[in-house]
Amino acid sequence: MAPAPSPTYSAITLNINGEKHTLPVDHRTTLLDALRERLDLTGTKKGCDQGQCGACTVLIDGRRAVSCLQLAVAAEGRVITTIEGVAEGEDLHPVQQAFLDLDGYQCGYCTPGQICSAIAVIEEHAAGWPSAATQDVRPEAGVQPLTAEEIRERMSGNLCRCGAYVSIVEAVAQAAEAAQPPSGGSGDGNGATEAEAAV
Amino acid sequence: MREFGYERVHDVSGAVALLGADPDARYLGGGTNLVDLMKTGVERPARLIDVRDLPLDQIEATPDGGLRIGATVTNSDLAAHPDVRSRYPGLAQAVLAGASGQLRNMATVGGNLLQRTRCGYFTDTAKPCNKRVPGSGCPAIEGEHHNHAILGASEHCVATHPSDMGVALTAFDAVVHYETADGPGELPFAEFYLPVGDTPHLETALPPGALITGITLPPAPVAAHSRYRKVRERASYAFAIGSIAGALDVRDGVVHEVRLAFGAVASRPWRAHAAERALTGGPATGEAFAAAADAELAAAETLPHNGYKVTLMRNLVVAMLTELSEEAVR
Repeated sequence: MAPAPSPTYSAITLNINGEKHTLPVDHRTTLLDALRERLDLTGTKKGCDQGQCGACTVLIDGRRAVSCLQLAVAAEGRVITTIEGVAEGEDLHPVQQAFLDLDGYQCGYCTPGQICSAIAVIEEHAAGWPSAATQDVRPEAGVQPLTAEEIRERMSGNLCRCGAYVSIVEAVAQAAEAAQPPSGGSGDGNGATEAEAAV
Repeated sequence: MREFGYERVHDVSGAVALLGADPDARYLGGGTNLVDLMKTGVERPARLIDVRDLPLDQIEATPDGGLRIGATVTNSDLAAHPDVRSRYPGLAQAVLAGASGQLRNMATVGGNLLQRTRCGYFTDTAKPCNKRVPGSGCPAIEGEHHNHAILGASEHCVATHPSDMGVALTAFDAVVHYETADGPGELPFAEFYLPVGDTPHLETALPPGALITGITLPPAPVAAHSRYRKVRERASYAFAIGSIAGALDVRDGVVHEVRLAFGAVASRPWRAHAAERALTGGPATGEAFAAAADAELAAAETLPHNGYKVTLMRNLVVAMLTELSEEAVR
């Protein structure tokens, strides 16, 4: 049976930073190219375009993803947040503020991807997700603190060719600290374990 | 990139029917490998069938004490799942050792099994490659092969399978479930990947048009004492040059049960049966661990630039089993 003809383009609606954008796309268009070339959302950067550098990191349904390997047509119906959408109006996201406070960048090209990734890293850790740096991944071991080693491993999908890593790790640590719920009185200083228990 | 049609499917039979009607179609999961290969022209599908919305995203306990993992479960969700971390910690570690947080959020279990080799000749369409263009030759054998296979390769192809997840799945005797137009089927992991021989372009025993629907992990109490260890050329976010999944049950100093599988040394995740046989029923000592590694690696065939992998894997076997045996005593 001959395959039915299938169009190579579609009109799609993307939900980006709370706004709906309807646009026709060639199916070959990546989400990265749709953001930058079609919607003028140029905060998301194109680095390697091969999923190897993390410069194009955005949040899809709240989870970090590389937009260069995400086809735009396959992103229809999902909630997309780019660097342009993380602040609350004029109030910077705590991760943005931490990168500013601690000079978590040099040239700045990888920074939007670093910040989107870091926002997700803090949430993933709070949700009790282990990483390759986690000594004991068993849930009964509890959540281990977000140490510098944990941050380096969890952020390893974002390359910085200026080598601003030292400050990036400090910025993520500061933002993570600020994101912790106020101490609930258990007094053990291990808020992460409480976060795990709540999952 | 070739132009292509795109369809999003919501039920398994619809997906299988669409693919069956178009031999140039491919299933699209997370796209972390397929989209990359389409950009470079290695893959040129005429149509993508997006399976991400199929109802295959659950991880469930099976009545016999194993786990059933849906094909569209993401790597992230697999590694974060409490039952996986508790009962098969080596699998969670293997998944976490692969790729980056971003890619693990996108990538799916089904796609992980079907990802292609990262051999530089396979991914460069200007070069010959028997896997990409059957009969065109294998430049890796005379060329750049420091990260190529030492076990089970052939004169036609020395590429390695890049999966970390698959190494742990091999160790735990996973079974792959699939659907075709003729109904469902399953393949034990040991039969899922085909030997290289003179057909390196044929990678799996899946029937044409089959859609992977999930994986079953049989119950394996030994897997609760499992680990994954990966060696690579930088500290994180790189493919392995050698990796190992291991599980060990020692009773009164004697190896009661052991599981060992190697990554980045063969065209498929490599179950180390010879090492397991050498160990089972014998003493859990460093000498026995080294002898078991040697038993497995006796079959190794090296090229001028990848002989180091024999030493690397030997050391990994000893280190892994030593760690696991110390843990078991604790």
